[in-house]
Amino acid sequence: MRLVLALILFPLAATAQDRPVLDVLTYDSFTTEWGPGPQLKTLFEAECGCTLRFTAPGDAAAVLSRLKLEGARSTADVVLGLDTNLMADAKDSGLFVPLATIPDTDLPVDWTDDTFAPFDWGWFAFIHTTDITPPTSFEDLAASDLQVVIQDPRSSTPGLGLAMWIKAEYGPRAPEIWAALADNILTVTPGWSEAYGLFTEGEADMVLSYTTSPAYHILAEGDDTKAAAIFPAGHYLQVELAGKLAATDQPDLADRFLTFLLTPAAQEVIATTNWMYPARAVPLPEGFDRLPRPEKTIFLSPDDVRAQRDAAIAEWQAALSR
Amino acid sequence: MAGRALALIVGAAVLALTLGPLILVALHAEGGWSADLSALRFTLVQAALSAVISVALAIPVARALARRRFPGRRALVALLGAPFLLPVIVAVLGLLAVFGRSGILNQTLGGFGLPAIRIYGLHGVVLAHVFLNMPLAVRLILHGWQAIPAERFRLATALGLGPRGVRRHLERPMLVEVLPGTLVLIFVICLTSFAVALTLGGGPKATTLELALYQALRFQFDLGRAASLSALQFALCGAAVLIAARVAVPGGFGRGLDRAVAQGPAGWRMGVDAAVIAAAAAFLLVPLGAVALRGAPALLDLPSSVWGAAGRSVGIALISTALTGGAALALALTPGRWVEVVAMLPLAASSLVMGTGLFLGLFPFLAPEVVALPVTVLVNATLALPFAFRILRPAATSLARDYGMLAASVGMTGLARLRWLTLPRLAGPLGFAGGVTAALSMGDLGVIALFAAPDAPTLPLLVQQLLGAYRMDQAAGAALLLVILSFGLFWMFDKGGRRA
Repeated sequence: MRLVLALILFPLAATAQDRPVLDVLTYDSFTTEWGPGPQLKTLFEAECGCTLRFTAPGDAAAVLSRLKLEGARSTADVVLGLDTNLMADAKDSGLFVPLATIPDTDLPVDWTDDTFAPFDWGWFAFIHTTDITPPTSFEDLAASDLQVVIQDPRSSTPGLGLAMWIKAEYGPRAPEIWAALADNILTVTPGWSEAYGLFTEGEADMVLSYTTSPAYHILAEGDDTKAAAIFPAGHYLQVELAGKLAATDQPDLADRFLTFLLTPAAQEVIATTNWMYPARAVPLPEGFDRLPRPEKTIFLSPDDVRAQRDAAIAEWQAALSR
Repeated sequence: MAGRALALIVGAAVLALTLGPLILVALHAEGGWSADLSALRFTLVQAALSAVISVALAIPVARALARRRFPGRRALVALLGAPFLLPVIVAVLGLLAVFGRSGILNQTLGGFGLPAIRIYGLHGVVLAHVFLNMPLAVRLILHGWQAIPAERFRLATALGLGPRGVRRHLERPMLVEVLPGTLVLIFVICLTSFAVALTLGGGPKATTLELALYQALRFQFDLGRAASLSALQFALCGAAVLIAARVAVPGGFGRGLDRAVAQGPAGWRMGVDAAVIAAAAAFLLVPLGAVALRGAPALLDLPSSVWGAAGRSVGIALISTALTGGAALALALTPGRWVEVVAMLPLAASSLVMGTGLFLGLFPFLAPEVVALPVTVLVNATLALPFAFRILRPAATSLARDYGMLAASVGMTGLARLRWLTLPRLAGPLGFAGGVTAALSMGDLGVIALFAAPDAPTLPLLVQQLLGAYRMDQAAGAALLLVILSFGLFWMFDKGGRRA
């Protein structure tokens, strides 16, 4: 009897052990049951004959921090969810290897980096309720009585995005813009969720988020009272990235996963679970075409971000500390 | 003897868990040391204001609660534990429902044609800290009041002492003993706050050391800066604890028979007490009620992952409570000033630095998700130790003073003494300490994020994830569940202790 059992169970045990594991380090909202993680896992495991395992130490900044904490001993194979503002730091760590080819994408900017594959993107924007007249520029906002909530660039990626946006749009005039905006900034929160919470509770007229944020309210809640204020001068672009670690023990699987991320099936999952635009042009649900798109995209290359980031944060801090 | 050895072991473990991670972070540092003077100043100012105002407001409330009996008094005293246990973001939303732009207060002011008040700024930070910590101060001071034997009050009445005499001979000496510890506890809690300070502080001028630490670790990954900021925080908190230990003068009320405290004076003082209790209850209960109203509709519609997370959180809380209870008791029963300092040390530790240090120490040997739950239990137990110790210490000191000689003269030692003298006499504070530990452990967010496997979050982590995924209603529901569970655990321990 025992022999029979062993014979039946052995092949099972063997296949379970033979299945290679791909470890993906990502941010926490990616892997929750309502995020893209579970669906991507099902889709990829069906074709790779492997096990996909996510690890999520927190938000995007925490991912980079965890990576540096683990260093070359990291057991992760792929990192997913850094953005272009964190990219230079990530590259400087020396922990990533270039991809086989520069991925083919449909971003509003040309993608030329060979280490990171963009998987989705969005424009930062101020979200307001439709009962107010939205501003059309930072000067317009500064001249109004509107109260906005923003995030701290020292502890959150959208906060850093806004600091880089104003730096990119106004250059040397950035301190002046921040000074004019100071009386419109109701408060600064440590992260995105505190800020968005204050806004939905009615504390502020506007909150810094993404042009795609109203899609969540439209599609998931049937609520169309939230909209993004469009600035004709342009909106700062955030691109979310995935990359392969040099220390991976599954280099081929890692490449396959990065290729898979840009397939139409995976891209459609990401659009409606991460509430960002997919990196490849795939059909989007109806709520997305109702979203206004900025005519102009503002973007700083990762090297420019590295060069200007500390100054941008210092200007922000100086203007708002008064 | 065995007790002393146990206290030494606990002390060594606490030192290892608080200073060890800091040293590990410092060893991995490459950058230089630096400190942020304006952050230091803001941190000190807001913490000092918050501590002084919380305690000043708590004294009349504790006195009124100590000398009055009314229906619902027990429930109110139990509820005083609640604000302190709220997750920060939930507490902030509760306060905004009252003091925010469209909150009750501003709507009332608007109704009378008065200008609206703004909650953002230093006063907002202090308001939130008073909301969170004043009830804790009330509980600690109330314990002091109830530790004055009823016989003393009766003797005072027999001697014809008026309220002023009672204040001078009974209440003031008790306050001198209880207040320094309470002040330091709240001061240090406020020193390490950052989400409240930044959210309600209004902007970068409300930068605390803890935010600077968060920035250094999470965003810049500057271990040197993190280690130096953490060392600065340690020095500040250590100094505060030492000063408090120096000014505290032990009182001497003698033994009592544990009868209920006599009723307070009649006349206008009764009206004042009633008004004080009503005002405090409104200040605490209205925001709590707002949180409950906001979360209640979503309670039935929570994602399935909530229940697993809730189970994990309760498990962690129960094991942490057992560990902290044992450790705090061992320390509280051991005389000596070093015990006070060691037991208060974890307050000064940043859970962020503790988590990072432990990660640096454990990662080369163990996969993080394997040790996620044990590490969380250990860190939560350590971080709650100062609270449990602070609650147990005064009771343990009077126990030794009042019954130590008697117990020694009849040769009562070891387990017999623990069973027949210590545990029954300390049941009340032990229950309260257990309740605080369990609830604190339920609400902790700091360390688990660094270690946890993403599909096995704790309840606070899940609330954070729901907020991050736009699910504000479900987050409010999960937060309410967290409050209910934290408060339920707190209430069970506290009531168990008071009944014993």
